[in-house]
Amino acid sequence: MFLINCPYCGKRDQSEFSCGGEAHIVRPKQPTELSDDQWAEYLFMRKNIKGVQFERWNHAHGCRKWFNMVRDTSNDKIHAVYKMGEKPPVE
Amino acid sequence: MKKFRVYKTKHVDQTKTVSFNFDGKSYHGFDGDTLASALLSNGVHLVGRSFKYHRPRGIMSCGSEEPNAICQINEDTDLTEPNVRATEIELYEGLKASSQNCWPSVNFDIGGINNFISQFIPAGFYYKTFMWPKSFWKKIYEPLIRWSAGLGKSPTKPDPELYDHKHVHCDVLIIGGGISGIIASKIAAKNNLKTILIEDKNILGGSTIFQKNENYKINNKYSSEWLDEEIAELQKLDNLTIKTRTSLAAYHSYNYLLAKESISDHLPLDKKNGGIRQRLWKIRADKVLVATGAIERPLVFNNNDRPGIMLANSVKKYLDFYGVSCGFNNVIFTNNDSAYETAVSLKEKGISVEIIDIRKKSNSKIVKNAEKLGVKIYWNSTIVNTFGHRKINSIEIMNLSEDGSNVVGDKNRINCDCLAVSGGWTPMVHMHTQSGGKLYFRENDQTFIPTEIDENHINVGSCNGDFELEEIINNTNKKVKNFLRVSETEFDNTSVLNSKELDKRNIWLLPNYISEGKCKSFIDFQNDSTAKDIKLALREGFKSIEHVKRYTTTGMATDQGKLSNMHALGIIADTAGVKMGKLGTTTFRPPFTPLTFGSIVGRSVGKFFDIIRKTSIHEWHSQNNAKFENVGQWKRPWYYPINDEGLHDAVQRESKAARDSAGILDASTLGKIDIQGTDASEFLNRVYTNAWSKLGIGKCRYGLMLNEDGMVYDDGVTTRLGENHYLMTTTTGGAANVLSKLEDYLQTEWPELDVYLTSVTDHYSTASICGPNSKKILTKIFPDTDFSDEAFPHMSYQNAKIDEINCRIMRISFTGELSYEINIESKYGKSLWEKCIEVGKEFKITPYGTETMHLLRAEKGFIIVGQDTDGTMTPIDLQMDWIVSKKKYDFIGKRSLYRSDTIREDRKQLVGLLTDDPNEVLEEGAQIVSDVNKKPIEMIGHVTSSYFSPNLNKSIALAVVKSGKKMNGQKLIVPMENKNINVTVSDSVFLDKENKRIYA
Ligand SMILES: [Zn+2]
Repeated sequence: MFLINCPYCGKRDQSEFSCGGEAHIVRPKQPTELSDDQWAEYLFMRKNIKGVQFERWNHAHGCRKWFNMVRDTSNDKIHAVYKMGEKPPVE
Repeated sequence: MKKFRVYKTKHVDQTKTVSFNFDGKSYHGFDGDTLASALLSNGVHLVGRSFKYHRPRGIMSCGSEEPNAICQINEDTDLTEPNVRATEIELYEGLKASSQNCWPSVNFDIGGINNFISQFIPAGFYYKTFMWPKSFWKKIYEPLIRWSAGLGKSPTKPDPELYDHKHVHCDVLIIGGGISGIIASKIAAKNNLKTILIEDKNILGGSTIFQKNENYKINNKYSSEWLDEEIAELQKLDNLTIKTRTSLAAYHSYNYLLAKESISDHLPLDKKNGGIRQRLWKIRADKVLVATGAIERPLVFNNNDRPGIMLANSVKKYLDFYGVSCGFNNVIFTNNDSAYETAVSLKEKGISVEIIDIRKKSNSKIVKNAEKLGVKIYWNSTIVNTFGHRKINSIEIMNLSEDGSNVVGDKNRINCDCLAVSGGWTPMVHMHTQSGGKLYFRENDQTFIPTEIDENHINVGSCNGDFELEEIINNTNKKVKNFLRVSETEFDNTSVLNSKELDKRNIWLLPNYISEGKCKSFIDFQNDSTAKDIKLALREGFKSIEHVKRYTTTGMATDQGKLSNMHALGIIADTAGVKMGKLGTTTFRPPFTPLTFGSIVGRSVGKFFDIIRKTSIHEWHSQNNAKFENVGQWKRPWYYPINDEGLHDAVQRESKAARDSAGILDASTLGKIDIQGTDASEFLNRVYTNAWSKLGIGKCRYGLMLNEDGMVYDDGVTTRLGENHYLMTTTTGGAANVLSKLEDYLQTEWPELDVYLTSVTDHYSTASICGPNSKKILTKIFPDTDFSDEAFPHMSYQNAKIDEINCRIMRISFTGELSYEINIESKYGKSLWEKCIEVGKEFKITPYGTETMHLLRAEKGFIIVGQDTDGTMTPIDLQMDWIVSKKKYDFIGKRSLYRSDTIREDRKQLVGLLTDDPNEVLEEGAQIVSDVNKKPIEMIGHVTSSYFSPNLNKSIALAVVKSGKKMNGQKLIVPMENKNINVTVSDSVFLDKENKRIYA
C-alpha cells in the first residue's frame, strides 16, 4: 500500500486516495470541430505503461483535491507529486 | 514407561502440570510447553497421516515450518480451529486436539492403502484422473478428494470471539526477536527512535536463548546468558514496544506491514472471557529491519518421512529448551556443522548419539569437540533406507562415491529411535521478497540471499545469510549502524567465540542403490510430493518452476513450501542441467503463516459490516410497519403493509391512493448538492444536456447528465435559489459519484470557473406529497403560502415556514400527479412528516415506499437511471431528444452523441410494452425476441421495468429494444421457460399523456 504525499495535506495512506487514470489529457476546447477519430483519441485512448507513468490522483477521503503523480508501474516507486496545472517534472 | 522429559529447563515450569487431550487420550505436559513438546515428552511422535499416501507422519520441527503435525483443536466447540500446527500452540489446561489427516484413526488408516498403490498416484494424478466425465466432479471426485485429503473442518457456528485492528506508525520496525533483532532494537531505541519489535514466539531470544555450552561465548559468557542480560535491558527502554506472540503476515510496499498479535489463543477456553482474541496491527514504519532468521533444511533420501525423523535443530530445541529428549538412541544425518550442536547437547546429557555425515571430513572446532565427547561419526556416508512403521527403528547407510553421485560398498544397518536431519539452513527471505526485494544465489552453501533494495529496509542475521554467531553479531551491528546512521554502539567491541564453519557438501537428492522409481524421497511432506514426481513433471515437459510447483503441488500446502522449495528447485536444476541462480524462486505471497478470517475483518462484522444510513424519519417508518430496502447504504421504506398484506397488495393500494387522493414519500435520500458562485449557471450549462442560463430565480428544471461518452449518467431536478445559487438533486445511489465528477471537472478542466460545491444530502429531509388532494394538504400546513397555479406554478419553488422553521417547497413531480416536495433541516424532518400525516388524515394521506414510487413513475414513462439505463443508453436512445440542447456549443458528452456508433438507428431504444393478456406481468430482465422459429433466436432487447398498474388496470412495462423507436404497435415475444408471452410495443407514457394531472 502506497504512502502518498498529497501536495495539500502531506503523507497519507493510499486508502484515502483514488486514482483517476492517465494525466495530462486535456479535454478538447472545441469538441464539435473534431472528427470521430480525433474525439475517440481523447475519449478512449489511454497508455498502459510498464515503467514511468503520469497519473491523476484524488485525495478523496481527505482534502478532495486532484493532483498529478509520476509513478513507476514496474516497482510502484512514486517519483513526484505536483498540483494540477503545474508542469510535470522533467525526467 | 520411558521418561522423555530428561531434565529441567527454566523455560518449562515442571511444577505446573497441564492436562490436555490428543486424539481422545489424556496426557500431561507442563506450563511452557507447546502441544508438540508435550506430545514428545509423552513419547508421541505419530501425529497424522500424509495427504496423498496416508503414510504415518510425526512431528518434524518446532516452528511455523511444521508440515506434519497439523491439528484440529477444540473440536465440537464454537471455537474449533483447523490447520493449527502443534509446534505453535502453547499448551493450556483442557486443550483438545486431534490429528487432522487420518480416518478412522491415526494408527489404523484406511487411506493408507494409497501407500501400496502409490505407483498409480504419480504427479498430476488428480489432474489426470479426476477429469472426466464432468458430471462426476460434484458428486464423486470432489467429495472423495476432500474426504481423503483431511483438510480439517471449519467451525459451523458464527465465531464468538472478538478481533481488533490497530494502526500504528513508528520510526523503526524490527521483525524477529532473535539475537540480531535484539541487537538492532537496542541500537534503534537507544538512539531516540520510536521502535517496535515483534516476535512470533511468546519469548524473545530465538535459538541463542537455549545455547548454553562452551562452544559459543559472547564476552566470555555463555551466549544464552549474555542474551538474557540484553533482553533484561531491552525491557527498560522507553522508546521500544515489544510485541511477542505477534507474527508478521505481510510486508507491502512503502513499509506498510500487517502483523497478527495473538492475545488469548494461549489461554484455556474458560479463561478467554470474551475478550479480544487476535489483533491485526497495521504498521507504517519509516524503516524496517527484517531479522526473521533461517529454517533448517531436511535432506531428501529414501523413506525420509517416518515418525521420529526430525530436523536436527528442533531436536536440540526440544532437549535444551523444553527438556524433552526425542529419542534415546539418536542418529544425526547431516551435511554441515550445525547438526553437531545437537550431538554435543545430547552427548553432554548422556544420551546416545551417532552421526552420519555426507562430507568427507571437517576440522571445525565443534566437530572436534563432538569427537572428543566420543560421538561416533560415519564420514562420506548417506542413508539409503529407513525402517519402522509407526516410528523409525533403524536405518541403512552406505558410503558415497567420490563425486557423491552414487553409493558404493556395503550396506550397514544402524538401530535408532530418532533421526535428526540437517541439510543446512535456508534464510527466511519471504518478507524481503514480499516487499519487492530481489535475491541472489550464494553458491558455496546453496542459499538465496537478499539483495538490498532501498535505504528504508534491510535484512540482518541469518535471514541475510549470516549463520555463525560472530558474523551475526558483527554484521548486524555494522549494518544497523549504517542503516540508522549511528556512529558507535555498545556492540562495537564484542568478543565472540564461535566453533562452526560454513562448510557444507550439498546434494539435493541423495543417491541410492534402489532405483529412483522405487524410492520414496519426500520433498513436500504436507502435500506428499516426492523427488520422483518432480522428475516426472520435467519429463512430461514442464519447465517453469511455477508450473512444476502447481503440477506436483510442491510448496502449495499451508506451509507454503518452507521446507520443500529449495529441494524442489535443486532437483529441477540438477535434472535440467540449469544453474540454481538462473532458475529463480517461486513467488512467496502473503500471508507468511495463515491468518484467521476474524483477524482480517476485525470489528467489521454484523451490524458494523457496512455503514447504514437512515433518514431522520426512519423511526416513524419503523413504527408504522415499513419494510425497508437497501439503496446504496440507505435504508428506504419499500412498502408499508397493513396487517398481513404482501408486497403486491400493499403496492397496489399505495399506488391507487396516491393517484386517487394523496400519497407521501420520504425523499430525503436523494443526493443534494448546493452550488454557488458567479459561474454557477455556466457550470450547469456545461454539465447538463439542456440550457440553464435562462432559468428564472425560483424555478426548477429537470436535467440529464451524461458521461463524455454520451451515455446517461445521472438525472434530477435543480432549483435556482438565487442569482448565483442552485440546489441540485441527484439519484440516491449516484450522489457521491456525481459530486466527485463535478469536482473533477471544476478542478481540472475548468479551474477558471467561480463555482463552489457542497454536499447537503444529510442536511435536509424531504417529504414528497402527491395526489389530487396534495394542494389542500399543503395549504393547511402552510396557511400563509399562496398555492394557486399563478402564484406557485409547476416547476417552481417557494420559501415557507412551519412554526418559525424555514422550509423550501418545490412543486415538482416524479409521479405525474400534482406534487410538492417540502425540504426542511434534517433535525425537523420527523416532526414535519408527522405534521403532514396528521393534516393529511382527512384526505386519507397514504405513505408509500420505493416500490410504489417506481410503479407510479413507470405509468408516466419516467426513467430510473440505473434501472432503465445501464451505461449504454444515450438520451436519444431513451427517446428524450427534447432535453438535449441543439443551441449549446458544448456540454459533457455532446460530441459523443453523433459518433458513428451513437447515431446508429438500430441501437437499443426505450419503448413501452403491453402484454396481450393484460394480467400477465413480465419479469424484469426478461429477453425480447421477434421470431422464435428462426434459430439461433436473436435477442433484440430486454425488459427494464415491469408492473401491474392498478390505475390502468393492466400490466405495463418499459423495455429497451433494437430499433424500438420505429416499432410502435409491433408484436414481439418474451420467451420464458414454460411459455412465450406475446407483447405489443407501445408508447412509453402509459398514463396522462397530456400532463393534465400535475395541474389537478
Ligand atoms: Zn490532501
